[in-house]
Amino acid sequence: MAKKLLKGNHAAVYGAVLAGCEAYYGYPITPASEIAEMAATLMPKLCRTFLQAESEVAAMNMVYGASGSGKRVMTASSGPGVSLKQEAISYSAGSALPCVIVDIMRGGPGLGNIGPEQGDYKQVVHGGGHGNYKCIVLAPNSCQEMCDLTMLAFELADKYRNPAFVLTDGVIGQMMEAVEIPQTVAQLPDKSDWAVMGTAESKNLINSIYLDHDELEEWNRKLQEKYRSLEQNEVRIEEYMVEDADYVGIAYGSASRVLRTTVDTARSQGMKIGMLRPITLYPFPVKEIAALPDRGVKGVLTVELSCGQMVNDVNLALKGKMRSEFYGRMGGNVPSSNELLEKFKELFGV
Amino acid sequence: MAKKTVLRKPKGFLDVYKHKPGAEKDRTHYCPGCGHGILHKLVAEALEDLDVVDRTVLMSPVGCSVFAYYYFDTGHFQVAHGRAPAVATAVSRANPDAITISYQGDGDLAAIGGNNILQAANRGENFVVFFVNNAIYGMTGGQMAPTTLEGQKTTTTPYGRNPLTDGYPIKMCEVISQLYAPVYVTRTSLHDNANVRKTRNAVRKAIQNVKEKKGFSFVEVLGMCPSGWKMSSTDAQRWIEEEMIPVFPLGVYKDVTDEDRSSIDRPTPVHEVDRVLEALDVTTEKAELLSKREVEPRYANPSIRASGFGGQGIMSMGQAIARVGMKYGYEVSWLPSYGPEMRGGTANCSVKVQENKIGACEATEPTVIIAMNRPSLERFEKILQPDGTIIYNSTLIEVEPTREDAEVYPVPITGLADDLGNTRVQSMVGVGAFAGVTDLFDPEEVIKLLPEMFGSKASLIELNEKAVRAGYEYVKENF
Ligand SMILES: Cc1ncc(C[n+]2csc(CCOP(=O)(O)OP(=O)(O)O)c2C)c(N)n1
Repeated sequence: MAKKLLKGNHAAVYGAVLAGCEAYYGYPITPASEIAEMAATLMPKLCRTFLQAESEVAAMNMVYGASGSGKRVMTASSGPGVSLKQEAISYSAGSALPCVIVDIMRGGPGLGNIGPEQGDYKQVVHGGGHGNYKCIVLAPNSCQEMCDLTMLAFELADKYRNPAFVLTDGVIGQMMEAVEIPQTVAQLPDKSDWAVMGTAESKNLINSIYLDHDELEEWNRKLQEKYRSLEQNEVRIEEYMVEDADYVGIAYGSASRVLRTTVDTARSQGMKIGMLRPITLYPFPVKEIAALPDRGVKGVLTVELSCGQMVNDVNLALKGKMRSEFYGRMGGNVPSSNELLEKFKELFGV
Repeated sequence: MAKKTVLRKPKGFLDVYKHKPGAEKDRTHYCPGCGHGILHKLVAEALEDLDVVDRTVLMSPVGCSVFAYYYFDTGHFQVAHGRAPAVATAVSRANPDAITISYQGDGDLAAIGGNNILQAANRGENFVVFFVNNAIYGMTGGQMAPTTLEGQKTTTTPYGRNPLTDGYPIKMCEVISQLYAPVYVTRTSLHDNANVRKTRNAVRKAIQNVKEKKGFSFVEVLGMCPSGWKMSSTDAQRWIEEEMIPVFPLGVYKDVTDEDRSSIDRPTPVHEVDRVLEALDVTTEKAELLSKREVEPRYANPSIRASGFGGQGIMSMGQAIARVGMKYGYEVSWLPSYGPEMRGGTANCSVKVQENKIGACEATEPTVIIAMNRPSLERFEKILQPDGTIIYNSTLIEVEPTREDAEVYPVPITGLADDLGNTRVQSMVGVGAFAGVTDLFDPEEVIKLLPEMFGSKASLIELNEKAVRAGYEYVKENF
């Protein structure tokens, strides 16, 4: 199979097109705009919909409409835009509507800057909108994964009838790598039992309102069951040299790329460091992290481009059973691999 | 004997309101005298008479009509406050044969959803809007709406709406009719039988427009809200006539349905694998990889930082190196400067061409730097790895690198491009020079990539070919 040199942002659109995404609704924002631009280029070629909405609020509500109409649909943005999308993300989760949202994180809070950061973890992984809901969250760390995980996001979204995020940072969105493009298109699932398609057979109701308290509690319990099943079945991680590691770094997105180099350098200097990379941030690899102490690991260092958001989930998984440290950079700064190596040395005396 | 009239519900309504909780599944939740109930009936009758009940998809907004989905025998979306036009946009595009209806109140449409309605109207989406103007927020208990009249008392304008602090009632028909795209914009009322009949006609015409894919129709209906206004039903009817109509004059604000405008047709999405791969420009043949060359250890697995002014082609220089690396089966990555890096019109990129999977993609300690101007040399020689390599543009950089451990290649990159008659090809001179220094790849392989990088313009390709060779040969002849 031929490989193509693609920007991460572009690779996500390739994945979406192969997954049968029929509509893209978005609003430009750096460093995610190339997603809208590539969608605007590709979708019309296949008679699919591209629309630049009036705002992220509108874009996400359009996603709600397209999804409820039975279509695979996507939107993309970065922090400030994702904040605005939260309204309809909550509605989508509450109405059990599948869709894919790509978030190419940038510096915050507020307007922040356009450098790479991972400050949206909490608003994406822990549900930035109102109510008890979860979004599936996949965290690519390469252009190949931008394509592959976007395709997977569509599959999981449909399988669980739930919004799915592809969450990464500006580095992965902006960089280019060789991407092997799968040469098949997805089978589109039949949604006629719940979608509204303007036909006599599809007079369904897309809805998140349940006035009766017991009914709403019941619906919430069903949603929670779905989340438990996600947690049982869909956790994905990458391990790198964890087998004999004394210390393990935990990171996702571009931070995990740096960490991988740190591990290589450490190993070349005789230090037994490994890496655990959550590929699914929700469902979070709780068991996999909790198992580290029993595998002979003496401590973990979580590395993020934030003040420490994912590290809270790491700590919840570890329940204090092992030493857990954190190192983060912010504002668009990415640590160097040596900077991380120094941290391992300083914190753990390796 | 008098003829017996059989009264029945229009087919647009469900026989039994199955979604409605509680025992009363045969009556609506609306208050007596409310405008919504009357408008619902007019819509249900029209759907039946126009034979589109089964094709209809209705947006139930946030407001008193949040439960519109209880009643109509159609497909339904309950939507967020004000967003019905956004959702309806996607619904009508997803299923272009659907009769999409956005049903909204005045707070929903003119306040929180003000931009959504304006933009959907401006795009000329193929759906109809039924807009109930009752000058108040009914659902939440009678607060001010954007349509509340001057001096009108509501729970949030207890002293009467004061234009100096609360603004003036917004006239949506007047606003929407200013746009080019909408085909039909009208304001009617429900306060007496004659006006109900006019509303009935407007509702039909608007739905017919959607059926014929004519585009955006907007029907504003003045409706009574006896509960919110704290009046009897008859007083509420009179209040519309005496107070509301002078502010919101009735009539057709725009009707271009007879104009010869193109109908809103949406093509059918394509999913066939061949056409999809063609659109993505994916070749199905497997690319033959070139065999990797013997490379001096110092140039193996290079981590490269290229930099210069914006406009010097730094990005394509880096991409060319990454692309040619791919042809040899190397792992490659290219990362542009962006964000906090992008100051003062300088540009730089990191390129890695490596045997194994690439970790960090930023060249924080590059093994090779290509500096096209002086600030770049000064900045990046500081982070060059010990015993690294510096290729610099000696046309523009009049100082020498300060790193004594580095291997240094001054190449008059801009000068060589100028000799070819076009400064803009300097980036490919740089690529040629890099090939000459490292021997990582054959410069002719870069030349083969030029069409895919610069398109098929022959003169441009030829010039860039010469540029690659000029950079390569300069290095081979001088070092
Ligand atoms: C985001 C949001 N803000 C506020 C509300 C509360 N709310 C529910 S209905 C409503 C007013 C609706 O008024 P209008 O659109 O005039 O419709 P009516 O009830 O008069 O028919 C408001 C503010 C909400 N549901 N969502």
